Amino acid sequence: MTFKQIFTSSIGKKFLMAFTGIFLILFLIVHAGINSCIFLNDGGETFNTVAHFMSHNWIMRFLEIGLFAGIILHIIQGLMLWSQNNKARPVKYAVNKVEANSKWYSRSMGLLGTLLLLFLIMHLSHFYVGTKVALYSGDLEHNLYEEMRTVFSIQWVVAAYLLGVVALFWHLYHGFQSAFQSLGFHHKKYSPLIQKMGTGYAVIICTLFALMPLAFYFNWI
Amino acid sequence: MEHYHMNLTLKVWRQKNNQSKGNFETYQVKNISSEMSFLEMFDVLNEQLIVEGKEPIAFDHDCREGICGMCSMYINGQAHGPWQQNTTCQLHMRAFKDGDTIVVEPWRSTAFPVVKDLVVNRSSFDRIIQAGGYISVNTGNAVDANAIPIDKKDADDAFMAAACIGCGACVATCKNGSAMLFVGAKVSQLALLPQGGPERESRVLNMVAQMDKEGFGNCTNTYACEAECPKGISVANIARLNSEYLKAGLSSEEA
Repeated sequence: MTFKQIFTSSIGKKFLMAFTGIFLILFLIVHAGINSCIFLNDGGETFNTVAHFMSHNWIMRFLEIGLFAGIILHIIQGLMLWSQNNKARPVKYAVNKVEANSKWYSRSMGLLGTLLLLFLIMHLSHFYVGTKVALYSGDLEHNLYEEMRTVFSIQWVVAAYLLGVVALFWHLYHGFQSAFQSLGFHHKKYSPLIQKMGTGYAVIICTLFALMPLAFYFNWI
Repeated sequence: MEHYHMNLTLKVWRQKNNQSKGNFETYQVKNISSEMSFLEMFDVLNEQLIVEGKEPIAFDHDCREGICGMCSMYINGQAHGPWQQNTTCQLHMRAFKDGDTIVVEPWRSTAFPVVKDLVVNRSSFDRIIQAGGYISVNTGNAVDANAIPIDKKDADDAFMAAACIGCGACVATCKNGSAMLFVGAKVSQLALLPQGGPERESRVLNMVAQMDKEGFGNCTNTYACEAECPKGISVANIARLNSEYLKAGLSSEEA
């Protein structure tokens, strides 16, 4: 069995989906952790210092390539799964009582993922582009904290971010435990624990992210 | 349970053959006993159709005692109808009430082409088994039952996996038309036992390759298959399939 055969097989694709998913789950911990520095109520001083470190450190810049590769691979795998799964049932059922056997979010990973991709495009244009322009134009005074305040002063942007966080919650709620199943891990004792960890993770990460636009919009910080 | 009779409206998928385009036909059946099985109700309808000079509805059935896995029907949006861990032949009419409308469709899957009406061709499952779902040892005489010691838990898990009757409800139910519960069960029942050991790696690789070739979809862990499986096969078998496949694939020396 060659690597190509393994990773283009149905199970290989699941493996890649799970592996990149867990990688992105780990990234979100770092992302939410660093961004939570805005809640320190020091006018963004700590946050800007960490943000500056992250954007000017070559190790982080290198890891960033891995992050984009992970996201792109996750998206490509998702699109391939979607297209192959559509072909597996060209004639749909006239009546299909799907709610009797599965949860809506587990069936909607593609839709939730598409929403997240749209969110991501908006999110990167808001913050990533600005940071990179500042980096390469040598603008050392780039104040990401104040940039957040500007972006999150617009009502529809805050609403769009909250929608993005909701999509993220359901995507993670299914994805966290699903990744372990795809990697072949299932255990009577540990699987319920992973399920609970996934729920806790999704709640904490999404609450933190939801609070960020709200805190700026309502001038809590 | 109280015995009652009912009149029903049935919307059944009719399709002349694999090439023709099918459509739903509506039928009325009267005075159906609540103690009939769903298939007996179909027998009544077919006799009615024969008397009327019409073509009876083709549907698969064999043992009619819930163990052969032939009676593939998608009833009101669920494989084998509304009851859990149940086949169509064991679905009884007391699941319905007078005046109900029941929609019956064949399994919908690229890998299960419709042969006629409600009958689908499930030989793709046979080809997956032919790819490795067996042990190729000369069995000879039956050996002593406990000659090879097997852990009780492994024996139980293997037995639970072996309960799969290959009915295809998992594929029919899965939104992706994936066969991973079936293949997971068939791989597990042998992977858990010492007898399956020698061919353990080639088995899982070949069976998954065949599964992919047949045009089944990819599992996305909605676990709908487990919920609709008449034998309650656990999705733990899919996790085992995944790990068996990855272990065998990554450790294979073929470059």
